[in-house]
Amino acid sequence: MDWGTIVQSLANAVVLGSIYAMVAVGLALAFGVMQMANFAHGEFFMLGAYVVYVLYALGGMPFPVAVIMAFPIVAAFGLATERLIFRPTRGNVLAGFMATAGAAFVLQVLVGQMWGVGLMRSVPTPYMGATDIAGAHISWQRLIIVPAMVVMVGGLRFFLHRVRLGKALRACAQDAEAARLQGINLNRITAVAMIISGGFAGVAGALMAPIAPVTPYMGHTFAITAFIVVIVGGMASIEGALLASFLLGFIHTFVTTYFDNVIATMVGVLFMAIVLIVKPSGLLGRARA
Amino acid sequence: MPVPRVNPEIASALALLAVLCIAPFIVSEYRVGVLIIFFINVILVSSYRVVTTTGDWTLSHVIFLGVGAYATAIMAKNFGWPFWLTLPISGVATAAVAMMVAFPLLRTKGFGFFIGSFAIGEFIRHVWIKFHDPFGGPRGMISIPTVEIGEIDFYDSINFYFLTMIIMVVALGVIYRLDKSRIGNAWKTIYLDEDLAESIGIHVFHYRATAFAVAAFFAGIAGAMFAHLNGAIDPHNFEVDTMVYLVIWIVVGGNATFWGPIAGVSVMSFIFELSRPLAEWRPLLFGVILIIFLTVLPGGLEMIYEKVRSRFFGSRAGAG
Repeated sequence: MDWGTIVQSLANAVVLGSIYAMVAVGLALAFGVMQMANFAHGEFFMLGAYVVYVLYALGGMPFPVAVIMAFPIVAAFGLATERLIFRPTRGNVLAGFMATAGAAFVLQVLVGQMWGVGLMRSVPTPYMGATDIAGAHISWQRLIIVPAMVVMVGGLRFFLHRVRLGKALRACAQDAEAARLQGINLNRITAVAMIISGGFAGVAGALMAPIAPVTPYMGHTFAITAFIVVIVGGMASIEGALLASFLLGFIHTFVTTYFDNVIATMVGVLFMAIVLIVKPSGLLGRARA
Repeated sequence: MPVPRVNPEIASALALLAVLCIAPFIVSEYRVGVLIIFFINVILVSSYRVVTTTGDWTLSHVIFLGVGAYATAIMAKNFGWPFWLTLPISGVATAAVAMMVAFPLLRTKGFGFFIGSFAIGEFIRHVWIKFHDPFGGPRGMISIPTVEIGEIDFYDSINFYFLTMIIMVVALGVIYRLDKSRIGNAWKTIYLDEDLAESIGIHVFHYRATAFAVAAFFAGIAGAMFAHLNGAIDPHNFEVDTMVYLVIWIVVGGNATFWGPIAGVSVMSFIFELSRPLAEWRPLLFGVILIIFLTVLPGGLEMIYEKVRSRFFGSRAGAG
């Protein structure tokens, strides 16, 4: 185990942790508000990648514009999911979760029928080249994920702590009934939460489009990881999701470097199982009443 | 009502069974194959209902189908053991695996349990992908021998049809008895109110673990038949997509009664066969059906049946 490998793995782990964070924070946010557990979160990620494929690779728009467009487009799907699925099944976590599994099927088929199932869509790399940071060699395309994540999570924190609507959202996450007594419109809050959640997943997928193979089924593995992250971090906690993202990013990268990625997935799941045994509420989760 | 009479549920089931005994001699070879798959699915969905009666909607149930299938494949192919030995061992092995994962898993409930079971299932699936010996890695296992008992060769599909049907009937009989027993009532009590169940002396952990293991046992039996039917298995067979189909069957049927999931799998198998020309659109169709049943028709076909019946015949008094 030489120094160069360690530094390189550290850099890879930070990039991977940032991707996990972008996907998992949205999932944790939606779960925190009225327990909306979105099985189709991975498919939102996939839709984000297809926005970049259509607008940038096919449509010739600049890459940053395509990435930014992914936010409102996928957020619209988030809003639709809230209206059509989470609102009718409110109060029943499992029903919402299973119905969004149906939504995942629907989105996979629609995307597959529109743009093809078989071959993966190739998205040309907009930012060629790589840079060296403290001995780690890392491509620009991967590096931009880190500041993008910092900006998005920073923006979310600002929204949740400084903006009135964001504060209302946190109030709902703490105690929906009490929040309603203060005159907060629950339907509006759940809609906002799903818009943010969808948008985040969309942008994450958009940024990954040039790196990951773009297929209708690409969301699967990311969704599984995001759910593991959210469980380890403590279900509804955004800080917990961030912490767990980087922890799992490090575990996955180092195990992949020294063994292989099948073992890395198994270690990630085992890690989650250990957290469930030792602290079922997750690393930063509050005990539920 | 002191007049002894035949339970109408059992009577209709026996009539249906009589039809199924004649069916393979009338319908085409292809349809016989479809019916065999259907029998396996009935065992699978009925075993799944056992664990859902406690409120534990596990997402690892098709993984247990896989555990049974892999256990059978290894015993039949690598050791050459006879079917009458491998079938029960497959069930017991699957229940044993379930008990092992139940220990960490049952510390969670509700949504945590759902996701936890999903992740542990993925762990088991990755074990199959990772270890070429004995699981065959990502390509799985091929040329699993067909069943032979004494002189009878079950390569013949009609023989295999009756073998699967007998196993299904026995499995359903056991599950039905369990459902009506004290144990079954304890499971349903846990679902209704866990704290209350605990306070009247039901050991919640013990009963949840029992339900989990019993469900896994029958999933393992279904898996054994699945392995022999297909002659080949691979880790893709047991992906989460398959699990979603299983969830669709039970959501469409409902899980309040023993018959609900069976009704669900019957109707959905029918739709599955009808939609064969549109195979690539099928997940969309099933996804939409799942969403509709969960948002507009919760309770499934059972609930619809109950509503229609009470509307025309009044509500049932003293239902058992």
